[in-house]
Amino acid sequence: MTIAETLLGLLEPAPRHGYDLRREYDAQFGERRPVKPAQVYATLGRLARDGDIHVVSVEQVGGPERTTYALTPDGVTRLERWLVEPEAHTPYLQSVIFTKVILALRSGRPAERLLDAQRTAHVAAMRELIRRKSGADLTTVLSCDFTIFHLEADLRWLEHTAARLDKLAEELAEEL
Amino acid sequence: MSEPLLHATDLHLAFGPTKALAGAGIEVRAGEMVALVGSSGSGKSTLLHCLAGILRPDSGEVTYRGARLDTLSEEARSKLRRDEFGFVFQFGSLVPELTAVENVALPLRLAGAKRRGAETKAREWLERLGVLEVAAKRPGEMSGGQGQRVAVARALVAGPRVVFADEPTGALDSFNGELVMEELMGAARAQGASVVLVTHETRIAAYADREIVLRDGRVTSPMVAL
Repeated sequence: MTIAETLLGLLEPAPRHGYDLRREYDAQFGERRPVKPAQVYATLGRLARDGDIHVVSVEQVGGPERTTYALTPDGVTRLERWLVEPEAHTPYLQSVIFTKVILALRSGRPAERLLDAQRTAHVAAMRELIRRKSGADLTTVLSCDFTIFHLEADLRWLEHTAARLDKLAEELAEEL
Repeated sequence: MSEPLLHATDLHLAFGPTKALAGAGIEVRAGEMVALVGSSGSGKSTLLHCLAGILRPDSGEVTYRGARLDTLSEEARSKLRRDEFGFVFQFGSLVPELTAVENVALPLRLAGAKRRGAETKAREWLERLGVLEVAAKRPGEMSGGQGQRVAVARALVAGPRVVFADEPTGALDSFNGELVMEELMGAARAQGASVVLVTHETRIAAYADREIVLRDGRVTSPMVAL
């Protein structure tokens, strides 16, 4: 997740301080990987240095100092550019599984077993996500769907590979 | 552990030279949702048809509630299917000449219920599945998603102990497919019915408690409930 641009997006509606931003970031996007406080403050510092946000006020009520930030016009431009920019394809788990399959076959180990184990783990993860979707709000449903459809793609690859293991083993044996 | 509701052992069935089942076996417990998965020709639909008493295996045994099902006469199996089972198929589940409400009322009417009572109950089910607005329409006048929801209502209206669903989402887009699955599984669970689901989509299979993978007419990985 690109923390800088996400913080810009969260700051756009109204000025806020770091603690508040971190809480909202975690509530909306940080389920699997909450953001560390130090990351938020360091990122806000960089954004301020680059002129994408500016300090509106610094106040101290009992606890630590709270700095409130707001977006600058440059920050809005950066956010808008980022929103419409297509994201690069993310390499997924297959590459690791692929390496395992090749190494297993090259060493004469049963690759079916690792594919089956991976499949079981993926299906279990999918089942859990489907359970979580039941009766959940749309934000949660769509967030779960994102992972479900990626798991589905992985599973399809696992099935294709499982069906061609013998051929793959033959091909690898010729190469060695 | 309780006795399985449905139990099949060492089923063999060939269509001419093609072996559809080559030693498949399965157990389904009361209230359990089981998905049969596998590639085309793996035997998953044939296994479902044998479990439901639609096809008779060449050899092997199918028992339902402790009694042999595969040795029953065609008439007895037909009665069993009507009284105890519900069905949802990929296409053509509904009678094209009947309206949605008449289709859903059909299992009740076949069991001897009076028309008015059967149709009242059918309407309740259509409402529950969010398709009351198509009550007076015939299958040709409904969308694929509406038709499948009507088919789910018909499968469940008579309170079956087992629902057999063969590619129930096969003709639907992924969004409508999910809606149908949620409704099918939710309604079956609420009634305590077991579901035997055939699908080639893992995402759809994941709605079940457990999946059975078939390859070349055999069960390859009887994965336990997770």
